[in-house]
Amino acid sequence: MSRPVGRIRFMDAQRVNLDGFAVPDAALGLIAFDSPADPEPSLVIADGRVVELDGRPEAEFDTLDEFIARHGLDLAVGDEAMALDNVEFARMVVDPSVARAEIIRLSAGMTPAKLAKSLAMLRAPELMMAMTKMRARRTPSNQAHVTNRLDDPLLLAADAATAAAFGFRELESTVPVLADAPSNAVAVTIGAAVGAAGVLVQCSVEEAAELELGLRGFVSYAETISLYGTDQVFLDGDDTPWSKAFLTSAYASRGIKMRVTSGGGAEALMGGAEGRSMFYLESRCVALARAIGSQGVQNGGIDSASVAGAVPRGVRSLTAENLMVMMRNLESCSGNDALMSESEMRRTARTLPTLLAGSDFICSGFGSIQRYDNMFGPSNMNAEDIDDFLAIQRDWGVDGGLRTATAENIGELRRRAVAAVRAVYSWFGLAEFTDEHAERAIDAAGSKDLGDTDTMAVLNAARTIRDSGMTGIDIVTALYESGFQTEAERVLDMLKARVDGDHLHTAAIFDEQMNVLSLVTDPNDYRGPGTGYDLSGERAVEIDAIRQQRSVADLLDAQAGAADSDAFTSSGTAAAGQDPREVVIGLSPAAGRAIWTTLSGLPLTVALQEILAGLEEEGCLGRVVRINDTIDVGRIGLIAARLSGSGIGIGLQGKGTALIHRRDLPPLANLELYSVAPNITRELYRLLGINAARHALGATPDPARNPYSDEAIEARYHTKVVSFVAIERRCEQPGRAPEQLELRGVS
Amino acid sequence: MTRTAFSGLSSDAITIDAARSGDLGPDDVRISADTLAEQATVAECHENPQLAENFRRAAELVGFTDEELMRLYETLRPRRATAEELRSLAASLTERGAVRNAALVREAAAVYARRGLLR
Repeated sequence: MSRPVGRIRFMDAQRVNLDGFAVPDAALGLIAFDSPADPEPSLVIADGRVVELDGRPEAEFDTLDEFIARHGLDLAVGDEAMALDNVEFARMVVDPSVARAEIIRLSAGMTPAKLAKSLAMLRAPELMMAMTKMRARRTPSNQAHVTNRLDDPLLLAADAATAAAFGFRELESTVPVLADAPSNAVAVTIGAAVGAAGVLVQCSVEEAAELELGLRGFVSYAETISLYGTDQVFLDGDDTPWSKAFLTSAYASRGIKMRVTSGGGAEALMGGAEGRSMFYLESRCVALARAIGSQGVQNGGIDSASVAGAVPRGVRSLTAENLMVMMRNLESCSGNDALMSESEMRRTARTLPTLLAGSDFICSGFGSIQRYDNMFGPSNMNAEDIDDFLAIQRDWGVDGGLRTATAENIGELRRRAVAAVRAVYSWFGLAEFTDEHAERAIDAAGSKDLGDTDTMAVLNAARTIRDSGMTGIDIVTALYESGFQTEAERVLDMLKARVDGDHLHTAAIFDEQMNVLSLVTDPNDYRGPGTGYDLSGERAVEIDAIRQQRSVADLLDAQAGAADSDAFTSSGTAAAGQDPREVVIGLSPAAGRAIWTTLSGLPLTVALQEILAGLEEEGCLGRVVRINDTIDVGRIGLIAARLSGSGIGIGLQGKGTALIHRRDLPPLANLELYSVAPNITRELYRLLGINAARHALGATPDPARNPYSDEAIEARYHTKVVSFVAIERRCEQPGRAPEQLELRGVS
Repeated sequence: MTRTAFSGLSSDAITIDAARSGDLGPDDVRISADTLAEQATVAECHENPQLAENFRRAAELVGFTDEELMRLYETLRPRRATAEELRSLAASLTERGAVRNAALVREAAAVYARRGLLR
């Protein structure tokens, strides 16, 4: 094969081409929707008992069919729901005027194949409309991963506090070393309590181990209860629908929130898809989740997100999976979890619909720590992306569950979280940490900043926590006695919540006043524009006021800090010059009055000195005037040219934009324009002076090339430009004549 | 609303002072069967009879120790128990008033036998 042309070689080298793209192969389950082997929907009920489900007679039911048939369907609406035309039902799902409750009622009577067929036809904006209406909780929320490579308790606590400060209402930890789990659970629980009240915490490990952490009161919810869409893969996971149903009740019997985990592509990944489409198999998982009595489901591409992402319409199917959970009247913890692409655009595009539509949890694991510290593997969104995510919330005016946090706040919380864990570990004799370790954990952006730590100490601490019979109540006492009263109250509140059990209901989170927000207390009431959740005043401020936003006042402050107020002296109205070697430099109204530094960060006086030096180099004389009655750099240059003995003038705005003008040209024409102010260096201002002189003397200038780059120059500077212009406008004085200026140190 | 813990303690009495004086035990922060039954009614009113049923099964399990729960879960996993073991498990659950859980175990036993999931 011949070598492809350069354009293709260039495209091949882009990061998106590191992703795998699969030819659809139904036999392997590498197909998003509608595999030839997917059954036709059917539901036959005889004497109140399901005797056929999706084409399979009762005698041939596998374990999933059996459990769904016996527990999962509302047989009273079965006939009505199954008789509905797929298109008609799909339209009802999308239509805001059809109430959520009606869709919930009908979905309860639909078999997995029926629901899969109806939802497969929804296109992207329809899925988003449907999610907006169908999610259980009115207020959207988000979940974070908090882990690190070392299971370092101090860093875990600092990062948990950080995640809570940024607004995450559930924190999920896990371990690279299984035996460390109790230590991680305790450290994240304490860190979360430092960050905010009412943050739910889990530590994801093997089913039985996770249950134990919950029973001991070290964590407040559980999520790693996996369901799979085929019998074979389910059994490979060492469970049955009955063992999972029991586990679900075991959690409820201790007042612990739990949800199950599934997700399209898992069966194909394990070689057990039985030729079915990912979406149909996921439909079975979701039906089973409802049948076993789970309040919610984490799905939409968890570990197998990239498998779904590899096939046509796979990403769409992930979002449809979330919708299906909502339609079964369950909490949706909506994936956007494992990193599904090397491409920034693909991974963003995957998450955007969920963020815009809103979900109970936009991500079922936003990596609040850096990618390398995520012990689930990198997430689709990570610490690297928190500011991006905050900006996107602000762009669209949507609530993705996050809020901005000040640098001071994060610093203080991290310090307190580290101190709290250190105190509790010391209280129980679990481990002693050095001051240096503590300081590093406070400042660390990730575990690589910790240096060498004693990982055996973590292991020993975890063993002691497990063997000593310690419980959540002991942590409350240790926190209180060590001076962390607020945190002690918060940890106790989470234990007390178990007694009330209100957070066991669908889609429950706590707000920071410990109110439960759930399907019961905060039901989604979307019925079209003007209804449903919208940003309230306080929440809008949290989303809008990101820490990077700047006002005109901020720019004025910064400029005032750089003020060099005696650099210029005015000596009255500027007169026209006669010397043919003279070039006049016209400054804008605010230059040297309110503006002292250009967009490139150069002091205005330095820019001016360079221009003057360039003029002098070529044998010309520079004269500086301020133009008071216009802020337009073209007019400023033209007025300067008309005052100039040579007829050549230079216009220079406070922000640094400059041009060369000639007295006989129209205002908008000019000889040379230096328009990209942020990129104009000292050398370029020097060249500007040289070229202006050559124009004045009739020599041939070598025009400057504007320094273009591939950076988003406008994105970086346009907000500042608006402020610069506003300041210039304030200094503008219509009718006031140009004034002669002397620049200090220049004769 | 004030609810009562598994131990009989009112949730109002779950305080820092109680924890500090050592008066608070694990059973004081455990949910009670009555509360779960009440939550089952709420779930039913919110169109989720399966969640309600889960809460009712959970209400039966409130009095089981942590170790018992772990053991029961283990027994229900694939190929852990014989038909006879599952039958006697169901019987013992019934004896302790856990009739819904017993029914679940009996149903599992029948399906496990048909699908080759018994030990």
